[in-house]
Amino acid sequence: MQEFLQYLFSGVTNGAIYAVIALGFTMLYKSTGLINFAQGEFVMLGALSMITLWSGFELSLPLAFLLTIAGVSVVGIILERLAIRSVRKPHPIVLIIITIGASILLRGVAMLGWGKDAHSSPAFSRNEPFEVAGATLLPQSLWILGIVLVIVTALHFFTRGTLTGKAMQACAINKRAAWLLGIPSETMVLLAFAMSAGMGAVGGILIAPISMSSYDMGMTLGLKGFCAAMLGGLGSSWGAVLGGLLLGILEALGVGFFSSSLKDGIAFLLLLLILYVRPAGILGARAVHRF
Amino acid sequence: MRNILFAVAILLAGLGISSPYHFQLLTFIGIHTLLALGLNMLMGYAGQISLGHAAFYGIGAYTTAILTAHFNWSPWLALPAALFLAVLIAFLVALPMLKLSGYYLGMGTLGFGMITYVLIREWSGFTGGDSGLVGIPPLEIGPVSLSSGRACFYVVWGTVVLGFIVCERLVNSRVGRALRAIHDSEQAACAMGINTAQLKISVFMLSAFLAALAGFLYAHLVSFISPNTFDFLTSIRIVTMVVIGGMASIWGSLLGATLITLLPEWLHIFSDYEMVVYGLVLMVIMIFLPQGLTRGLLDIYERSKRRAGVPSTTAKG
Amino acid sequence: MSVKGRSVLVCVLALAVGMLLSVSPNLGRAGEVYRIGGVFAVTGPSSFLGDPEKKSLELAIDEINSRGGIDGRRLEAVIYDTEGDPTKTVLAANKLISKDGVLAIIGPSLTPTTLAIIPLAEKEKIPLISCAAGIKITEPVKPWVFKTAQNDMLAVATIYEHIQKKGIKKIGILTVDNAFGESGKEQLLAQASKYGIEVVQAEGFGAKDTDMTAQLTKIRSAQPEAIVCWGTNPGPAVVAKNVKQMNLKVPLYQSHGVASPKFIELAGDAAEGILLPTGKILVAEQLPETDPRKSVLKGYIEQFEKRFQMPVSGFGGYAYDAMYLLAEAMRGSNGDREKIRDALEKIKGHPGVTGTFNFSPEDHNGLGADAFVMVEIQGGKWKMLTP
Repeated sequence: MQEFLQYLFSGVTNGAIYAVIALGFTMLYKSTGLINFAQGEFVMLGALSMITLWSGFELSLPLAFLLTIAGVSVVGIILERLAIRSVRKPHPIVLIIITIGASILLRGVAMLGWGKDAHSSPAFSRNEPFEVAGATLLPQSLWILGIVLVIVTALHFFTRGTLTGKAMQACAINKRAAWLLGIPSETMVLLAFAMSAGMGAVGGILIAPISMSSYDMGMTLGLKGFCAAMLGGLGSSWGAVLGGLLLGILEALGVGFFSSSLKDGIAFLLLLLILYVRPAGILGARAVHRF
Repeated sequence: MRNILFAVAILLAGLGISSPYHFQLLTFIGIHTLLALGLNMLMGYAGQISLGHAAFYGIGAYTTAILTAHFNWSPWLALPAALFLAVLIAFLVALPMLKLSGYYLGMGTLGFGMITYVLIREWSGFTGGDSGLVGIPPLEIGPVSLSSGRACFYVVWGTVVLGFIVCERLVNSRVGRALRAIHDSEQAACAMGINTAQLKISVFMLSAFLAALAGFLYAHLVSFISPNTFDFLTSIRIVTMVVIGGMASIWGSLLGATLITLLPEWLHIFSDYEMVVYGLVLMVIMIFLPQGLTRGLLDIYERSKRRAGVPSTTAKG
Repeated sequence: MSVKGRSVLVCVLALAVGMLLSVSPNLGRAGEVYRIGGVFAVTGPSSFLGDPEKKSLELAIDEINSRGGIDGRRLEAVIYDTEGDPTKTVLAANKLISKDGVLAIIGPSLTPTTLAIIPLAEKEKIPLISCAAGIKITEPVKPWVFKTAQNDMLAVATIYEHIQKKGIKKIGILTVDNAFGESGKEQLLAQASKYGIEVVQAEGFGAKDTDMTAQLTKIRSAQPEAIVCWGTNPGPAVVAKNVKQMNLKVPLYQSHGVASPKFIELAGDAAEGILLPTGKILVAEQLPETDPRKSVLKGYIEQFEKRFQMPVSGFGGYAYDAMYLLAEAMRGSNGDREKIRDALEKIKGHPGVTGTFNFSPEDHNGLGADAFVMVEIQGGKWKMLTP
């Protein structure tokens, strides 16, 4: 029981991180129908900027937090303005390759800026782990989980309750019709990019204290986040959270009850099974046809 | 005609080049061309994405490597075994997988690629695990060893020419037209009486065949394989080759594979800035030539010809 | 401009590519210069190895040149980045041999990349001094292949001797899922019985994993008396943090793969009390004056830190030693590769950064037990444990 609980905690910690990253994917997909393969790089930028601003420049925690999110959002906006919008005949696969190019570019820039070594940062609050029935949980894990829930709730009300949120969704459903109704669709896409990049930065900020951050951390995390988003159903915020937690817990249980070396294989196998049973993901509305 | 020209060009290139480095480089370009060609059939013509294509590359390479290095099979016996295994796995994977579409298909194939990668690494008794598998014999025809740079070059590019001929025939046949119909609209194709499911599976198997062939060549020409060569990044690189070269263009595969293989060699001089430049090049090509290099360059050529042509006609009028 | 136009275009392109490729290579040892090739994973996940190796090779070459070179000839380095990719390494090695005409190759940094170019080195008969740890590189002995990094076998033996002295019988191991971790795991499992140790649980982790508590939980339930973690930064630092978080009251051993100041920085206070084997470089100051290698080590550390403004790690030493070994073998060889190879095989008692090298036809690694010492991290510093 104690073991099981520890696996669960471990899974929830990882899973919440996957969930934040998946939210970034979902956010962008919902408003533009695009998968951004540079999402993991936003996470990396978030983590490294946070370490620099907080540990390096010793800014206060909230200030460093906000500055990091703002900075990474600007990177997202630049990416949209310079790269995505310039494509004349956007075929989804072309946009994917552009984001892959962008991810390599960002990784290269980060390597020049932060060097090739890993960096670590102190925890947000006191660092003594809680003990629940013999299993331990870091306060940082609770931070992560809490922030994920706050974000997803905020996102929920944003898309359902605000005019901007509704406008964004309208753009995704039919860009031309939305434009005819007077919605500035280009601004909406820009906003979506900024928000999803900011969300990636939040992911990075949350990971920085529990793990090690380096310029090449983005790819693995982006991949896991992508899986989580697919698992939960692309375009569904709650699905992203569910998918992330599920993936994290599956991985941890895979370690516990099978083999740690096979954990990636196990997680992906289950993922394929789920996709086979429910091709649109757990909370996905319908199979989406692209390409 | 084009293929004959191509074959002649290869023959001449093989005679003209002397540096082993250039042979090695061209050999890798050839292997990558085979990979891109297979994926292009799947992505460009049938419109199905695969983010796990390196798995078939790896299956081909590891099957032949294990059979020849551990069981002392002749490579020529291991070749059909490797191809058969890859095609069989492709068939089994395609059955459930091709139900999916779009990003979900991408996800499914990605998962398949990851599982294969993990299995290769963990089955270390046979595959040598992460450290890699050594002692793969070079190819031989009778007493003639094909281990020299020039021989490797001819073997690989001979295979590429054959692959081109087969794929070109296929594309221009009834099957090719059916494939393009699926690409444009699967439902319409279905309504026209095309057995879309069966056709998609067949193309998937064909692309696995070509990837396994590339894996076979890689294993015997380098004499060493390790799991890294067949990871997720490789899958992404193959997709990049196809898209950069031009989807639904057989010659685009050649161009894309050439560019993606040569680019890092050219960018060596940038040392630490290499990644930045590489990313930029990818982005710039895709932003300005979203149709890929073949189509894009043709467009530029046609436009410049038209522009050159316009003043002369107006002068006449 | 349909089929015909296209074919013309393709031909033109193919020709252009051909032209670009066939720029005539710089031939051979131009003039009075000996060219030495280097292939390191300067970027990519293993840059922590390749980057200092590249710098150390440049440092060694400058030092030798400033002392008048070898037999009056200057040395020149041609270094390519492999990014840890075997295919790129094969290309780079080919380029070094046929385009740059190098006399010998130093590197690559990793076991798989080294194994990938061994057939080439053997075929082209070019001395190759690898900086990778894997035992498969020099066993069985290949005539043209040498290596300067310590075998994992030695590192495991050093750890196990320490464990045995503490009277510990049951250990859990946690290894990273790459070639380094795999080789460590192999040796840990193979040598355990020799020291009367039982491996009660063996787990792995991904190089980029963010949390290892699941693996540690599984290890904890097998009740080991010590945990050995085998990996390279940053994974082991996460393990150290997780061990502290879970409050596991057993000694934690790490491998020489984390033996750099970076590890202490990353793991923070979780590094306290961790034991690991390392080359003497990290504790050069604590060595007795009688140690014949102390002066070599101090010279290297001083030069490296002065020139590159970064803390030294043990990894750059592999390339530094390789260059000095090569230089010794090259003296009087007049650029004959065969002679260089034979001379390398005869080198005895060469004091290097990594250890004292004694090559022989049966041993192309040449390192003995003095390559490692056990250290404990105390107060954020390395403390040498008396053997």
